[in-house]
Amino acid sequence: MTPLCERNLSPHGWPDARGYYGPYGGRFVAETLMEPLAELEEAYRQAREDPTFQAELAALLCHYVGRPTPITYAQRLSAACGGAQIWLKREDLAHTGAHKINNALGQALLAKRMGKKRLIAETGAGQHGVATATVAALLGMECTVYMGCEDMARQAPNVLRMRLLGADVRAVEGGSRTLKDAINEALRDWAYSVRESYYLLGSALGPHPYPLIVRDLQSVIGREAREQMLAQAGRLPDILVACVGGGSNAIGLFYPFLQDGIEMVGVEAGGEGLASHRHASRLTGAPESRVGVLHGVRTYVLQDEHGQIAATHSISAGLDYPSVGPEHALLYEMGRVRYTAVTDGEALAAFQALARLEGILPALESAHAIAEAMRLAAARPKEAILLVNLSGRGDKDLDTVSAALEEGGR
Amino acid sequence: MKDRPFGREALAAAFARARAERRAALITYLTAGYPSLEDSPALLKALAQGGADILELGVPFSDPIADGPTIQKASYVALQNGTTPSACLNLVRRLREEGFRTPMVLMGYYNPIYRYGLEAYAQACREVGVDGLIVPDVPVEEAEPLQSACRAYGLALILLAAPTTREDRLRRIAAQTEGFLYLVARLGITGAGDGLTGDLFDRVAQVRRFARTPVAVGFGIAMPEQARALAPWVDGVIVGSAIVERAPQGPGALAEYVASLRAALRLA
Repeated sequence: MTPLCERNLSPHGWPDARGYYGPYGGRFVAETLMEPLAELEEAYRQAREDPTFQAELAALLCHYVGRPTPITYAQRLSAACGGAQIWLKREDLAHTGAHKINNALGQALLAKRMGKKRLIAETGAGQHGVATATVAALLGMECTVYMGCEDMARQAPNVLRMRLLGADVRAVEGGSRTLKDAINEALRDWAYSVRESYYLLGSALGPHPYPLIVRDLQSVIGREAREQMLAQAGRLPDILVACVGGGSNAIGLFYPFLQDGIEMVGVEAGGEGLASHRHASRLTGAPESRVGVLHGVRTYVLQDEHGQIAATHSISAGLDYPSVGPEHALLYEMGRVRYTAVTDGEALAAFQALARLEGILPALESAHAIAEAMRLAAARPKEAILLVNLSGRGDKDLDTVSAALEEGGR
Repeated sequence: MKDRPFGREALAAAFARARAERRAALITYLTAGYPSLEDSPALLKALAQGGADILELGVPFSDPIADGPTIQKASYVALQNGTTPSACLNLVRRLREEGFRTPMVLMGYYNPIYRYGLEAYAQACREVGVDGLIVPDVPVEEAEPLQSACRAYGLALILLAAPTTREDRLRRIAAQTEGFLYLVARLGITGAGDGLTGDLFDRVAQVRRFARTPVAVGFGIAMPEQARALAPWVDGVIVGSAIVERAPQGPGALAEYVASLRAALRLA
């Protein structure tokens, strides 16, 4: 591994002109998609500098999405943990119930600006699919969402929501029938329909420029949270905690704080435990996680000894993915963010704790971050402040949670 | 066989022979290990007997993003059959040991190669008698490390151009590809298509202006009539999914189908 030079130690120097975050990133796609990605990069560069575009996005984030989302001091949860204060950034209160709308809205406006008529999206938990279907309805665009059939079964309410919003939801039967396979199918669709369709990728992964676009659009979370903490708590938090599937809600929270020297923790899906090999933990030293190339990007990928992509498992569909965004791979390698894993059982316990102590049903994805925050809070002094990204609401997970609780005999 | 030309030279010789016989070269794709690893040697021989000039051997990958349903299914079956990259290399080794001379290139996605090690993979390919590589998810911008490894062992790294490729990148691809230039006939992924479009012929003419290697066209070509229409304009025609679809019918049927394609490539 090439040593990271001085510039590289500033987390703000990335990506470089080739779409790399240190050794991670790039653009590993079929030739058919290379020009469309170059066009997207150029269109985004212009939109990013265009005050009209930014004003339109800001207005919709305020008047349609309901931003800024609040931050909530979780007093009873903190007391129960017996240590540091746990604060929540309430992305669950954004329209459609998760942070995914921040990205979907920004990219859909970009698609419209590029003259595209149709949006293609993949979805795991269904939150990105719902967000994309929503903005498609808002902007009068066609929308096709690919979803693994296993995920369709476990996130059925979101499938219905997407269909009610007018989206064409297509079941993906191939491979592991989860998010990974939905991305495969979305990329295949895009290879046919590049001229009229926009691929609205939902996380901070994939080929350049997607990780950059998604980070920019989700950074609204961290920018707001920074101001809100200063206003409500009178200071910045000591620790940030967020769950990491592809990594969009985490990078959105972390990025505006990177220069502040604040401790940051990314929480991956520990599934049934790292020893079980049934997990989706890429950045915690699991032996099956190696640098490789999947979905257009060089990053850590769970794989077997022959380079075939490993089957993953998590109770949460949104974290059930074998690879991770390239900027997280870099932050991991720099040691700037600590990554850890929370099991299905721990996430479920955190789900129940937040419900009973704070009256909030978190998404199972976000429950992973809550679980880690509860662990951390117990070990820290009362003055310490933890800020957790509560990335989504849990209504979509009621069936999964009730089945798991029944099985656990609780 | 010691006297078999290798790598770029083997591919050049195959195109030269076809040209001398006044026909376009026929390049066929078959997923290794489909329908089973035991079937693969006989099927590959049948392709050569039917008249294929160059064989593309597909190294199966769990997530074949550039492939349609036929090759997706074949890849899945092949993986279930234990078709690892090493098994593919061994398949080539055994054929070469039996004196099989038809040029062979491995077509497969980047991650298994990356995992094997770029140098180690190129070296193993050289040792067993593979002549080149086609890696659909490595565009010219990301090709340098793999190109270096291939050059070190005399393998041809065959690059692809697509209907969306603009002229500046087309020039770069044409300058860097080795063995031949793989021109993707239409948008989308691999699989039987709905015929050839007029754009394709303009595209072929444009590509030929920049190419310093033979140009072969693939994606969506399944019928002898399509091959016949293309033959006067290109150096080679690539047929993939249509071969894979017929592989379960066995070597005899496959050889017959390949012979029908080959006959269609003869120039009037």
